[in-house]
Amino acid sequence: MLTIFSSLRLSALGSALPGNVSQGLIWGVMALGVFITFKLLNFADLTVDGSMATGGCTTVMLILAGVNPCWAMLAAFGAGVAAGFATGLLNTKLGIPDILSGILVQLSLYSVNLRILGGKANQAISVDRYALFISSRSTGRVIGLCLIFTAALIALMYWYFGTEQGCAIRATGCNEKMARAQGIHTEKMKVLALALSNGIVALAGGLLAQYQGFADVSMGRGSIVIGLAAVIIGEVLCKSLFRRTARFYVRMAFIALGGIIYYIVIGIVLWLRMPTNDMKLFSAAIVALFLAVPYLKQKRRPHIRKAARETEANRDA
Amino acid sequence: MLEIRHLSKTFAAGTVNEKAVIRDLSITFADGDYVTVIGGNGAGKSTLLNLISGALDPDDGTIFLDGKDITHLAEFERAPLLGRVFQDPTMGTAADMLIEENLALAYRRGKKRGLRWGITKLERADFREMLRILDLGLEDRLDTKVGLLSGGQRQALTLLMATLQQPKLLLLDEHTAALDPKTAIKVLALSDQIIQENSLTAVMVTHNMKDAIAHGNRIIMMNEGQVILDLAGEEKGRLTVEQLLQKFSDLSGEVFANDAALLA
Repeated sequence: MLTIFSSLRLSALGSALPGNVSQGLIWGVMALGVFITFKLLNFADLTVDGSMATGGCTTVMLILAGVNPCWAMLAAFGAGVAAGFATGLLNTKLGIPDILSGILVQLSLYSVNLRILGGKANQAISVDRYALFISSRSTGRVIGLCLIFTAALIALMYWYFGTEQGCAIRATGCNEKMARAQGIHTEKMKVLALALSNGIVALAGGLLAQYQGFADVSMGRGSIVIGLAAVIIGEVLCKSLFRRTARFYVRMAFIALGGIIYYIVIGIVLWLRMPTNDMKLFSAAIVALFLAVPYLKQKRRPHIRKAARETEANRDA
Repeated sequence: MLEIRHLSKTFAAGTVNEKAVIRDLSITFADGDYVTVIGGNGAGKSTLLNLISGALDPDDGTIFLDGKDITHLAEFERAPLLGRVFQDPTMGTAADMLIEENLALAYRRGKKRGLRWGITKLERADFREMLRILDLGLEDRLDTKVGLLSGGQRQALTLLMATLQQPKLLLLDEHTAALDPKTAIKVLALSDQIIQENSLTAVMVTHNMKDAIAHGNRIIMMNEGQVILDLAGEEKGRLTVEQLLQKFSDLSGEVFANDAALLA
């Protein structure tokens, strides 16, 4: 134990930091997509594990075919939108439950992604031969560009969810019965939100593929957990700093920050020589813990009241 | 005008739990009618409202509202014609959204929801004025989340939202049942005021016989999915609770079974 600690060098942690922040920023974009479904629409959408990879595969293949990275990412957004649309239709038109619709599309996207990659499990793309938007080669550029990208995305989302249509989506997620009573086509709103969310997730996939220099058919595996982790970390931080009064764009900025914090924590854990193979278990445990907190808090209250009642009864007796 | 013809609804058809909740019900509400609906447990009062609002699909029959056949319109499609307030105060509003956002959503009932900003400055000023009239101290809390309001406040807000765009018919489904007596009186008075000022056509389901007699210009009593009593005007005005209970047992051959109504 002592030898492990004595062999840890702070400089190693410091040098890994820019990389962690870069990855965190990319996953922050992904988390903003998850935020739309998980928080605004109240829909646990598992499509993202597939659409994240779809975004990456689409971007890489198009860039390899000579398309400008910006157009390639726009196409990735479109592919994500199509995936979300499919989940939305399965849910609203065919009555398949939330989670199952997402899983079905996620599974089918595996085949779709293989086709996009031309039958291979992965495709490399070299920053030396193609003008990529970002690359892990220069983390400073990644951080700068991703910050601008995130800020623009937050501004766009702030605008959209403030419009009549955006408000209708939020109302649908908050109280479907009320939304219908106010004449909102709730099914349409669900499909719209799912499409938008998966479009953003696919964009994040496109960024990630360029960053790591390849697209992999399973690069999205478990991404819902990372996205949720970022959302939860962001929300918890935001609530503890701003109470209930945080503006919507502040909330979203904290979610992007949640992604960065998540990757910094991962960086620290890896620095502490935790086996890389255990990271997914670790991530899932952290997310499960944070998801359970509000439930356990709520459950505890009646317990306390019950205990108080019982002590009172005992005293009377 | 609301015209219901031969409406039927059976729950769990073909099972041992089969229950005919609405049975060949026909009734017409004229413009300006303010109808109170009473009846025992399971008489079909709420089901009737849910069939009118589209929350439930009828098995048979037709519903015309303002000359339009709405029988098979989706709930959101007929929403522009209807204002609704539910029994549960949390049902009619979006808890995570601000008071002004809720009002703005209701203000756009029946209109296209595009990419314009969800609420305008002008509306905000209008909403403040309307809330001032409610006299619940909400006019200075436009940017408060609705989830922080009391049940009475939420119900009053829902009432305002239901009538922000003049509905052809206002549906009040035991909307004071979950409130404390003092608040219930206030919300009922507010309902009367809003219905009168906008000369609305309204249907109010209530379990409180006294309220059913005191409010509106017409009263109907339901039993086993049918209307067994329909009184209006003078006749209704002279009613007492005892007479109503007597009429119920005469017409249905049973004792009025609604604990809440008898205790109220």
